[in-house]
Amino acid sequence: MSEALSTRRLVIRLCVVVVAMFGFGFALVPIYDVMCQAFGINGKTAGVYEGQQAVDEQRQVRVQFLATNAADMVWEFGPQADEVVVHPGDSTQMLFVAYNPTDKPMTAQAIPSVAPSKAAAYFHKTECFCFTQQVLQPGERIEMPVRFIVDRDLPADVRHLTLAYTLFDVTARKPPVAQVTLTRAAP
Amino acid sequence: MSAVIDHGHAGHDHHHGPAKGLMRWVLTTNHKDIGTMYLWFSFAMFLLGGSMAMVIRAELFQPGLQIVQPEFFNQMTTMHGLIMVFGAVMPAFVGLANWMIPLMIGAPDMALPRMNNFSFWLLPAAFSMLVSTLFMEGGGPNFGWTFYAPLSTTYAPESVTFFIFAIHLMGFSSIMGAINVVATILNLRAPGMTLMKMPLFVWTWLITAFLLIAVMPVLAGVVTMMLMDIHFGTSFFSAAGGGDPVLFQHVFWFFGHPEVYIMILPAFGAVSAIIPAFARKPLFGYTSMVYATASIAFLSFIVWAHHMFTVGIPLTGELFFMYATLLIAVPTGVKVFNWASTMWRGSMTFETPMLFAVAFVILFTIGGFSGLMLAIAPADFQYHDTYFVVAHFHYVLVPGAIFGIFASAYFWLPKWTGHMYDETLGKLHFWMSFIGMNMAFFPMHFVGLAGMPRRIPDYNMMFANFNMVSSIGAFMFGATQLLFLFIVIKCIRGGKAAPAKPWDGAEGLEWTIPSPAPYHTFQTPPDVK
Repeated sequence: MSEALSTRRLVIRLCVVVVAMFGFGFALVPIYDVMCQAFGINGKTAGVYEGQQAVDEQRQVRVQFLATNAADMVWEFGPQADEVVVHPGDSTQMLFVAYNPTDKPMTAQAIPSVAPSKAAAYFHKTECFCFTQQVLQPGERIEMPVRFIVDRDLPADVRHLTLAYTLFDVTARKPPVAQVTLTRAAP
Repeated sequence: MSAVIDHGHAGHDHHHGPAKGLMRWVLTTNHKDIGTMYLWFSFAMFLLGGSMAMVIRAELFQPGLQIVQPEFFNQMTTMHGLIMVFGAVMPAFVGLANWMIPLMIGAPDMALPRMNNFSFWLLPAAFSMLVSTLFMEGGGPNFGWTFYAPLSTTYAPESVTFFIFAIHLMGFSSIMGAINVVATILNLRAPGMTLMKMPLFVWTWLITAFLLIAVMPVLAGVVTMMLMDIHFGTSFFSAAGGGDPVLFQHVFWFFGHPEVYIMILPAFGAVSAIIPAFARKPLFGYTSMVYATASIAFLSFIVWAHHMFTVGIPLTGELFFMYATLLIAVPTGVKVFNWASTMWRGSMTFETPMLFAVAFVILFTIGGFSGLMLAIAPADFQYHDTYFVVAHFHYVLVPGAIFGIFASAYFWLPKWTGHMYDETLGKLHFWMSFIGMNMAFFPMHFVGLAGMPRRIPDYNMMFANFNMVSSIGAFMFGATQLLFLFIVIKCIRGGKAAPAKPWDGAEGLEWTIPSPAPYHTFQTPPDVK
């Protein structure tokens, strides 16, 4: 029965397509991350920036800071200044303050986002509290630094950008170890 | 409750007919039995999803909260969408495919009859599980049929896991059904039935089946990611763990946009069979119809982000997805013009199938136009998540997919049952549906443009009149579907005996066999010239 045989062959091929497309769905996850970083989609910023740039004294960019708590997050969280004016290429530091008002140790993760999203690829963080998680003991308050460079190649029409952090409670996911941690001192 | 009643006409005495009793339906591998079960199942789901729509419209009859609480309203909108998409429209087309594709290509049955049985029986299991969530503590899915994360993960009711497994089962069912259709069409065509001689319904289903095979696994993938986020501590869609809720929308709509074509392409095929039959002219532009269908299917993969214009994608992305979406109007326009040209100077008569088919062409085009408006990225910022979107997709799904199914049902009922349906009642069904549906959905364009948001149980006083009209139309449309049930049952139980070819302009192999279609057909392949 060649017909049965060709049906079997066809079905096997189609099943391979099904499995491949199931895999493709998962492959979209890293593809999405790569695309976001390559094009700065969705305001996503990259990891630690190692480079250095010459300072462009001619140009000024306003950088605003925003701190938001995710739902059910009870920490007090905010920047020390609402905005700074920087020169592209210059390294700037801003401190964010977090305070755990509860009577339990908690772990938090800050997720950054840059608006307008096309500027995200030009916003480099050389140091950021968002690279790690923060553990705060009951009633503890810390100052957390972010050090950043606005790229010299930032599109000329962007004069003003916003760095927004959303603070998530990840205590359930990463239970805090009983120790005081990583309030890295500001340099 | 069978459309297959008689098996005496064929004269194949050595072939046994259907088994007796309930086990016939449980164990059957006959494509006609399975097609019948699919159609009945989808009609049951249509009534169930429809009654949820009645709850929605009853609540929206007046501003303020009258009948249901917002939590339950959310469950109704969600379940209405899920049941209509996955339970009513898709199984109805699979049922039509099961019944008609073997008859149209001269095959004795589907290529994989046992799998066919399995893929049907997964559906009652899937939908029992899905509907049972409504009775669980915390209620059923309440996050919209698009189940955007984190509504469907972090903030979902406990029952979401049942929802996920129900989607898995439906996905399995659809994939197996699609594999079966592809195998049947590619391997079981009668000698001489070349690809470009196939009826368009077969063509559109072949392309639909490939779409299903390509995107249902992606849907399975996205609900699997949800499952892992909810229960296994991953962070695909949770920003706290490095994931991204917007990723959910990308993956979902990568499935979701081809899905909307899955729900319309078979209707294109059916209408392409019905209009020539009642215009008594061959279909205008058969080849262009095939290529247009294939183009629509291809384009459906590269337009998904037009559902997400407002989430904050880069300008180049907005432009790309806008232009790609507008491009779909070209092959769709080819189809509409072909149908119009088929009718042009035809000797048209307007029996019920033709009424539904003509209404399909006109009203689907209206839905297509509002789709073009939504495709314009800058304008979409105003339309997004308003009733304008609801009006748009109901115009393409109700007079599109559903009218296509009604037209097919009336067109082929004589072949299935051996009786003519009651033409007077059929026309009544059409006109009531036509008026009810337009009354229900046309005002939604206006309230949507004026800013009424979708999925909210209360609304501003200024929308009150239009909403009342919508609700009255919806009640009319809903009640009329019980008339359809009556017409079908009446047709099964008796009526004027149908000849082998009840429509004198109809063409195709299915009209060469007696009515009702014998239990086994084309045991020896027919000659196709």
